[in-house]
Amino acid sequence: MQKYSIFSLVKNAFSNHENWDLAWKDPTPKSEYDVVIIGGGGHGLATAYYLAKEHNITNVAIIEKGWIGGGNVGRNTTIIRSNYMYDDNALFSEFGMDLWRKMSQDLNYNVMFSPRGIINLAHSDAQMNVYARRGNSMRLNGIDAELLNREQVKEIIPMADFSENVRFPIFGGLMQPSAGTARHDAVAWGYARQADSMGVDIIQNCEVIGFDISGGKIQGVRTSRGNIKAKKIGLCVAGSTNILAEKLNMTLPIETHLLQACVSEPVKPVLDKVVTFGAGHFYISQSDKGEMVMGGDLDGYNSYAQRGNLPTLQHVLTEGIAMMPFLSKLKMLRTWGGIMDMSMDGSPIIDKTHIEGLYLNCGWCYGGFKATPASGWTFAHTIAQDRVHELNAGYNLNRFNTGHLLDEKGLGTKTWIS
Amino acid sequence: MLHIKCPHCGMRSQNEFSYGGDASVKRPELGKETSDEEWNNFVYNRKSLRGKHWELWQHLSGCRQWIKVERDTATHEIFNTLKANEEIS
Repeated sequence: MQKYSIFSLVKNAFSNHENWDLAWKDPTPKSEYDVVIIGGGGHGLATAYYLAKEHNITNVAIIEKGWIGGGNVGRNTTIIRSNYMYDDNALFSEFGMDLWRKMSQDLNYNVMFSPRGIINLAHSDAQMNVYARRGNSMRLNGIDAELLNREQVKEIIPMADFSENVRFPIFGGLMQPSAGTARHDAVAWGYARQADSMGVDIIQNCEVIGFDISGGKIQGVRTSRGNIKAKKIGLCVAGSTNILAEKLNMTLPIETHLLQACVSEPVKPVLDKVVTFGAGHFYISQSDKGEMVMGGDLDGYNSYAQRGNLPTLQHVLTEGIAMMPFLSKLKMLRTWGGIMDMSMDGSPIIDKTHIEGLYLNCGWCYGGFKATPASGWTFAHTIAQDRVHELNAGYNLNRFNTGHLLDEKGLGTKTWIS
Repeated sequence: MLHIKCPHCGMRSQNEFSYGGDASVKRPELGKETSDEEWNNFVYNRKSLRGKHWELWQHLSGCRQWIKVERDTATHEIFNTLKANEEIS
């Protein structure tokens, strides 16, 4: 594989950049692989990469119905954080933060990781107490957290509404300075390029039609481009999890919902943090191009539309304007939607299933993008070793039977309530 | 914007309604022996498929009645609405 560097850039400049190698091939599926990963999103690509890198399993195919990077990995708001209270979530996410810090070097691909910090705003004394508790839990797990008072927040984000006469005054906030953003497409492309170079077949425009199971063991997968045999198959299909689960006769604690995001027209640098509104569900950051990147609530009912409705967008942006009034003057450039695999306790599932050789990676709710490296790393471990790693032990499917839920937000099973 | 035909009030905008989830889920009967699996299916497990989906909505800013709505989860087309006590055929 051609290494990307300043030297290769200069060298290719002399030939008008017409002689770059393809970043990944377009192979025809073979009849058999050691491992088949279904879903060529961030998590699937990362899983294949770590299967090859950490476990020397390179006879791997990624099957993708559309094109890689066309699903949620290209539709999210690029936020990376590990500001969780519960140990299982905190340790998993912080392991991921380490992988994020090394990712550009590791993949030889600039993912533009920008640890600019995230601030969750608090709008009451009670909320400040809750944030103090969460911040302390984070620090006990080795994650950086700073509780900010009103004046400190004002210094960092003076464009927020600090006037006295507002419905949700800013009392302070919880900041994780090491959190940030990354260029989401680069993450997909970086993982794809490295996985491909180590022998992984990335097969696009290939839809799963069914599965071959006999004697409780997975034998292979039937696709629109022919049958593929494999002793191990991993599912990484986010919002389409329920569709594949039905083909496997499984019913999962997952509902598919639609989440919207939007960007404004580009403006000069104004916001160098990720900020979340504490009295509703709204988050904002500024992209390198200058667009304000915003998101918030689910549309609120089961949906596979991949396109949102306006009432939710209006509601979310009302919160945004309440928090940062200058947003009302900006024009909207683009809005879009993606379909989320909302789990019944808000935490993901990375586990084996009752079918031998079939592995499940789903339930990422709003937080799939930041989990990409840690999810791929632990899922690769789970598939290669046929046992879960301690990092994803808490993300087992059985917790819904035993009652050991990971309900970080305390929302219960009504995933559409935010 | 969805337009939902409330069986009590007629066609109204989505803004007047709040969502209540899958309407095909049935609570295990009271006073009967119920296995853990039945409870799981009631509390957590959902089909949530692409296509026709019977779901509960409450006409919160209207008559406040719970209703059942058959909607396509990919196109949002609404095929049918029923009062809460009417059985899905």
